[in-house]
Amino acid sequence: MSNLVDRSLVSITDYSKDEIIQILDLAEEFEKDQRRQILNKHVVASLFFEPSTRTRLSFESAVQYMGGSIIGFASADTSSIRKGESLKDTILTVSNYSDLIVMRNPMDGSARYASEVSPVPIINAGDGANQHPTQCLLDLYSIRKTQGSLENINIAMIGDLKYGRTVHSLVQALSLFDATFHFVSPESLKMPSSVKTWIKNAGLEYHQYTDMMDIMPIADILYMTRIQGERFPDPLEYEKVKNAYILDNSMLTNSKDNMKVLHPLPRVNEINEDVDDNPKAYYFQQAKNGVYVRQALIAAILDLKL
Amino acid sequence: MDNNKRKELKVSAIRNGTVIDHIPSDKAFQVIKILNLENSSNQIYFGNSLESKKFGKKGIIKISDKYFKDEEINKIALVAPSATLIEITDYEVTKKENVHLPDYVEKIVKCFNPKCVTNIQGITTKFNVVQDHKGTMKLACHYCEKTMGKESIEFL
Repeated sequence: MSNLVDRSLVSITDYSKDEIIQILDLAEEFEKDQRRQILNKHVVASLFFEPSTRTRLSFESAVQYMGGSIIGFASADTSSIRKGESLKDTILTVSNYSDLIVMRNPMDGSARYASEVSPVPIINAGDGANQHPTQCLLDLYSIRKTQGSLENINIAMIGDLKYGRTVHSLVQALSLFDATFHFVSPESLKMPSSVKTWIKNAGLEYHQYTDMMDIMPIADILYMTRIQGERFPDPLEYEKVKNAYILDNSMLTNSKDNMKVLHPLPRVNEINEDVDDNPKAYYFQQAKNGVYVRQALIAAILDLKL
Repeated sequence: MDNNKRKELKVSAIRNGTVIDHIPSDKAFQVIKILNLENSSNQIYFGNSLESKKFGKKGIIKISDKYFKDEEINKIALVAPSATLIEITDYEVTKKENVHLPDYVEKIVKCFNPKCVTNIQGITTKFNVVQDHKGTMKLACHYCEKTMGKESIEFL
């Protein structure tokens, strides 16, 4: 029995390098054959206390491709939270009805707390501005698939590096694979020092830039992020930087042949639509990979045999 | 009478209880506050800005008939990591040790992140005591994973 069985996934750092690889290997099996009816005796609860289109649909799709049943809600408005129920009570109740809980909740740290009170495993589908480990796993899957390996990648992260949780988790995960990091952002959205400390402690290198073009000839992966208005306490600050880093097709001319453009989606305007037809654009395939990775994760946690 | 003896006597001796010595002068009032000594009915002697070979100026607090629990000692360590704790029984020193920063603190500090689940759902707080790349002490919330510096610490 794998050591992932019955274990919650709250933060990508909950998994070792080998455990990450184990999930990615399993996801490859689901990419080869997605419709495996191995979850038909299980019920998965999908508790989305705040709206999310792609993460929720991706999880629900993962469950349904495997023949599982799914229960839950898509916003807190339709749940008993509106009546003032505590998170603990909701989790304890729903754990009576399901084998696994997928949860998105706007409170930072809510997933760790849920995993401590829940008798069934929790998969964190985003806890506020904190962690979103399944996004990280699908990013890793996409990098490995396009580059052939996760080792020694030159990754450029662009845009909102201060508030963007996906880039923080991805740095933590890629530190296990000796990546070199290139951070491109406006001054006010630079990578937080806690993340840079993480890199230093791993004995790895990072470089910081303000001009996106500087990293074009170096990067294996261009990881674009949306500058998210809702993360800014001050709307004026948002207006100043929202259009700072926009990628268009002509900018990719000097990029490496193996380079791929990734984006956690949704995009607003940070990737021009003329990039979509460039073979280096990988963000829609990246979202598709999310389903394979989530199938793998559910299968590993529930100990389902392929 | 040597110098040390004279210095000690600037704050009266206690028969039984605890002496918190070597508190940096600018932290002495904070130590009183976090230990809630303002509301204590025990006899308390307090001196501040006393000369100290180690620190230049130091604070000292003597509390009669009081011995601190681990939770309280952790609070002292977070505010004044240089402090020495001396337990007195019948005017004799029975235990003397420097406070030391624990690896982990529970229940004593509020998370500075207003969106943290601990603040919204009233859950017991837990923090790992970590160091940043400059070696400065920080508290990392077990739940929301945000790290806060000393300046953001608010005791519960």
